[in-house]
Amino acid sequence: MMNRWPVVKRLLPLLAGMALLLSACGREDLSALNPQGPVAQEQLGIMKLSITIMVLVVVVVFAIAIYVLFRFRRKPGDQTIPKQVEGNHKLEIIWTVIPLILLVILGVPTIQSVFGLAQDYSKDENAIQIKVTAHQYWWEFEYPDHGITTAQEMIIPTNAVISIEAQSADVIHSFWIPSLAGKIDTNPGGNVNNMYFEATKPGVYLGKCAELCGPSHAYMDFKVKAVDDASFERWVTAMKEPATLPEDAAIAETFTSQCLTCHAIGDKGLQGLYPNLTGMGSREAVAGFLLNTDDPKYKNEGSVYDNLVRWIKDPEAVKPGNQMPKVDLSDEEIEAIAKYLSEQKLDY
Amino acid sequence: MAHAHAVKRYSGLMDWLTTVDHKKIGILYLIAGGFFFLIGGLEAILIRIQLWQPLNDFISETTYNELLTMHGTTMIFLAAMPILFALMNAIVPLQIGARDVAFPFLNALGFWTFFFGGLLLNISWFVGSVPDAGWTSYLPLASPTYSDGHGVDFYVIGLQIAGIGTLIGGINFLVTIINMRAPGMSFMRMPMFTWAIFITSALILFAFPALTVGLAALMFDRLFAANFFEVGNGGNAVLWEHIFWIFGHPEVYILILPAFGVISEVISTFSRKRLFGYSSMVFATVLIGFLGFMVWAHHMFTTGLGPVANALFSIATMLIAVPTGIKIFNWLFTMWGGSIRFTAANLFGIGFIPTFVMGGVTGVMLAAAPADYQYHDSYFVVAHFHYVIVGGLVLGIFAGLHYWWPKMFGRMLNEGLGKLTFWTFYIGFHLTFFVQHFLGLLGMPRRIYTYQDNLGFNNMNLISTIGAILMGVGTIIFLVNIVVTAMRPKDAPNDPWEDGRTLEWTISSPAPEYNFAQTPLVRGYDAYWKEKMDGNSGMTPAEPIGPIHMPSPSILPLFMSIGLFIAGFGFMFSNYIIGAVGLLVTFGCMFLRSIIDDHGFHIEPEELEDKGVKA
Repeated sequence: MMNRWPVVKRLLPLLAGMALLLSACGREDLSALNPQGPVAQEQLGIMKLSITIMVLVVVVVFAIAIYVLFRFRRKPGDQTIPKQVEGNHKLEIIWTVIPLILLVILGVPTIQSVFGLAQDYSKDENAIQIKVTAHQYWWEFEYPDHGITTAQEMIIPTNAVISIEAQSADVIHSFWIPSLAGKIDTNPGGNVNNMYFEATKPGVYLGKCAELCGPSHAYMDFKVKAVDDASFERWVTAMKEPATLPEDAAIAETFTSQCLTCHAIGDKGLQGLYPNLTGMGSREAVAGFLLNTDDPKYKNEGSVYDNLVRWIKDPEAVKPGNQMPKVDLSDEEIEAIAKYLSEQKLDY
Repeated sequence: MAHAHAVKRYSGLMDWLTTVDHKKIGILYLIAGGFFFLIGGLEAILIRIQLWQPLNDFISETTYNELLTMHGTTMIFLAAMPILFALMNAIVPLQIGARDVAFPFLNALGFWTFFFGGLLLNISWFVGSVPDAGWTSYLPLASPTYSDGHGVDFYVIGLQIAGIGTLIGGINFLVTIINMRAPGMSFMRMPMFTWAIFITSALILFAFPALTVGLAALMFDRLFAANFFEVGNGGNAVLWEHIFWIFGHPEVYILILPAFGVISEVISTFSRKRLFGYSSMVFATVLIGFLGFMVWAHHMFTTGLGPVANALFSIATMLIAVPTGIKIFNWLFTMWGGSIRFTAANLFGIGFIPTFVMGGVTGVMLAAAPADYQYHDSYFVVAHFHYVIVGGLVLGIFAGLHYWWPKMFGRMLNEGLGKLTFWTFYIGFHLTFFVQHFLGLLGMPRRIYTYQDNLGFNNMNLISTIGAILMGVGTIIFLVNIVVTAMRPKDAPNDPWEDGRTLEWTISSPAPEYNFAQTPLVRGYDAYWKEKMDGNSGMTPAEPIGPIHMPSPSILPLFMSIGLFIAGFGFMFSNYIIGAVGLLVTFGCMFLRSIIDDHGFHIEPEELEDKGVKA
């Protein structure tokens, strides 16, 4: 990966000691310097071009500055008056024209890229259409062509253009998957924005909300899971299968009356307003920030089951300001519901 | 002259509350701005402590958002601008050979409205309802629907009142610089700092009304349920972004141009050399000011304005690099062939150049819209604007304060402590913000309360926090320096740096109340230097010694501002009686000001002789 940005390495002498920190380009699933799709790749290309030009400028300025500071320092007791130079037209023209040329070199590909990245795939039949709706503090992903809606985890096929139509249900958020594509704001009031991206490799990519949206802004993470075509088709099918309620009738009743009044799972419950729970058990995280793992190392990690229990018991403690209330459930009911949800795994 | 009035002359506290003297108002701006700078700095340190390790919970999420909002708002509006106004007030009239600003009464009013606006904003901490929607206050987050409580009200009304002061100040300095220059001081002989303030004042005149309108609309939305930005009722949230940045981008240049001016003076003086390419410097300043109004949408590349707007604003933004580059090279070539003296002031001046270049080049990088889709709202942006604002403006302010301190207070700041301030602050600054470029590129959004472990953010955030604390130490050393200096005798000579080039160094330190006993005749650029080179001991006077007309002190500006402060509180809490009382006080004072005929007073030549007039 290092050979992708040799120029950046030239900045290192500027601040000794940074070398260690920069020994990596960051995580493959998170870093804009480690692109995993053509859009992020193109954006990194512009970054590399601009940083090359800019390092050139910085080096010239620093070289002149260092030379001047050593060469022309005042000797103690020196009373001579230096020659009072008014200016130099030739020099002044040089440092006006050269920056202009550098800007043309940067400006032309910038404009090409601006228009290239603005390409509209919203009518393209080969592209996967996804409507992204941001909420305080979760993400809704609707696949209009497939007739499914999910939350927090966007499943996409690899090597297909993903055409995004982004908007917000409340305040402004910003949809950002650094290793796949730059961000686009989600505006309220039907002011819809379009963008597209593509993932070349299967994998889970980390998405972030990039616009301050309230106290839980930092927790508004999502995932983009790129899978192969066959697996994507299996996921679509699995998402449409009717849901089975908990076996225990009492828990099923509690779940229906307490949870499904807001949430949906499969074909049951209230569709389209609050996060869809279908396939909770196979997700990467609960509430975006509690990472599901069998080997928890950090405060925000736990098994799916533990995370669900933690979340349902006190949503406000996990994500302040979110709309999920502390539901009036006994510990046993919470544990039973968490167990049921953690078993809702999609096979794809 | 026949009717010189006997005038009340106050002393002590009353003197400071009623003063209309630009030098004293400058000191008031410095004290108030410095105070808010410390508050904003403390907020920054708290933010960095929260972020020093992953998943930290040193403060709550809500408090964090309040801190980041108040840090930004305080630093921009209540610290940076007032300290610039302090330098403007203290120096510009002296540099153009004027006895005061054009409107001394308005000058005092400008200070007091700023002060009470800032006070109102910060009282929110005690009321317990603090602005928390960011210094940009994007809607709908700042709308009554998503921000109940009075937090954003404090922001709207506090800034509105403080903004009146800024607008008044800008107009005042425009008029002063156009009308009050000494004989011979043509525009192309004005010192670069005065030029910078001239352009800055013009920017204030055109940019601040946009903020005023935006804040008024937001105030109507919040206090009287209007729907300018209320999406559900047909309002438009993106409209606020436009209004805010049409103000906000010129604001950036309002902040940085005076720093450019300071650096031009400091580098030229301590290189003992004329500013290289003066006319192209003036041209570059004007051009930056002009282009500054054409680029606001580069703050909105990800808003979804479409490729045409994004492409145009990309190119317009990149163009600003050209005049900025001209300035950088002119400074370097001012030093080239000079005789550079490394005073504390000049260390800040020289340190400014590479730092600002780094902030400038990341600015050009940000201007490339497709790359900005990645940088936007990430720590890369945080790094960039701190490089230009702290690395540019704050270093410029420090340079200016060390340079002009003797002219403002009659005492030289301690050079050793000054240099120590520089090194701690400078190293701390680069430690704090250099790594943040990379944090952003590695995927860390800005304004986040915390971050997960194992994302590769930990070390750099730790370094950043250490740097921030070092900057805090640097600031404390500067405060110590002020105290140490204040205890020394007032013994600074007229031209303490011995290489002074401009008019302020021809008069005593601090300047007497009337500045110039006789208005000087300006015979060229770098007026004082020219006289020195021609072997003259001082300026040639342009008038005979005579009585000097002075404006009377007045308590009215203070009361007018207190009235606005009370009114702001009243309307915020829907207590219209208190609101009306406040407005009554303000309008009553305006009425008094209109009907009381005050011609000021004269200082007679005899008084000048026996130095009976306190400076």
